[in-house]
Amino acid sequence: MPLLNSYRVIYLTFFVCLVADIFPLPIMFNAFRPNWMILVIFYWIIALPHRVNIGHAFILGLILDLLLGSTLGTHGLLFSLLAYLTSINFQRFRNFTLVQTTLLLGVFIFIAKLGLYWIASSMQEIVLHRPYFWSIFTSMLIWPWFFLFMRYLRVRYKVS
Amino acid sequence: MIACCIGLMIADSQFNLFSSARVYLNSIVSPIQYVADAPQKIFSSFSENIMTRQALVDRNQQLEKDNLHLKADRLLLGQLQSENKQLRQLLNSERQFKYKRMITEVMSLRSDPFTHQLLIDKGALNGVYLGQPVINEQGVVGQVSQVGSTTSRVVLIVDATHGIPVRVQRNDVIAVVHGSGAWDQLKVPFVQSNADIKEGDLLVTSGLGGRFPAGYPVAKISRFDYQEGELYATVTATPVADLDRSRYLLLLWNDDPLADADLTLDSPEEFDAPAE
Repeated sequence: MPLLNSYRVIYLTFFVCLVADIFPLPIMFNAFRPNWMILVIFYWIIALPHRVNIGHAFILGLILDLLLGSTLGTHGLLFSLLAYLTSINFQRFRNFTLVQTTLLLGVFIFIAKLGLYWIASSMQEIVLHRPYFWSIFTSMLIWPWFFLFMRYLRVRYKVS
Repeated sequence: MIACCIGLMIADSQFNLFSSARVYLNSIVSPIQYVADAPQKIFSSFSENIMTRQALVDRNQQLEKDNLHLKADRLLLGQLQSENKQLRQLLNSERQFKYKRMITEVMSLRSDPFTHQLLIDKGALNGVYLGQPVINEQGVVGQVSQVGSTTSRVVLIVDATHGIPVRVQRNDVIAVVHGSGAWDQLKVPFVQSNADIKEGDLLVTSGLGGRFPAGYPVAKISRFDYQEGELYATVTATPVADLDRSRYLLLLWNDDPLADADLTLDSPEEFDAPAE
């Protein structure tokens, strides 16, 4: 049962983050929305690399593509790339302090956003707005609290 | 995995392989969209329920007043409609003004950061089709770009990939309005420097593209600028519909697109004459 239980918790957090990622917000705050999916995938891969792998990141990216109506596979590609980078270095990232992981996450999200922009601009005619990159900072602000909360969840429900 | 992703992206963007599968895929993920939309719905129904009696009475009075005005306008409209029909019969050009309509609710505005889309709560089960025109009470909003079984996606007129054929209401000058990618701005490219377009002119759909029925307001010209030596004038417009603030929209069924196009201004006999 513990395996089923831990997957239940993991999938529940995935689901909540998917909802948070598409939750309707006023246009003004939309640009400040943290990238919940990247946060949650990053956390679970560092914490439990044997449970959450690149395949999960890929499937979640596809679901997000469908939800956002973007070209199928863009988020899938970026999430699996980030998941790969994280999973080969998870031993190192685990020993990072909270400040270091926050900075690292900022870099990751920046790469993801840049990649997203690059892919989208190669597919169709788009316009880049300046607020586009602000969500990096909100994500970095959210990360420490998110990390502590997820660790609390993991310990509380004995997810392993 | 990466090859798989790239394959997916190319298949989706270049060859449109998933256009039919997307209906089912969208239906699979639509529960998540309903969950995300639920809190807002609950809030709005909650705030509707706890309105005070006074507010309700006021609103009712306001609506009744509006209704009276609209009905009075409608009296005239019926008269004008029949007159217009007679005149059109005299000119031998029939034009249709009645369209099937359906009210739909906006589920979410946010989507991909690079495109301007919104999600509505009607889908293929309600008869929604690709390219269907969407309006609100102020003017044209956009057209349907993806259809799911119970939800669909509407690409707005301000999206950078959207274009809509229009004419100036004042003097029937035709133009094409492109989205700019910003929420409150549209571009009108390829306008001659001496074109008779002024700031404040209303642009209405011309019906020439065959997608949108003719005569619906689209935008107001906000700036007309010509720099000496340039090929075309720089013209920008603002959409007349509040794109980011409307909760209810109308779907139109544009059954016979070419009926509006007024392709035959001359009678058919004259048209055939040179060929003989």
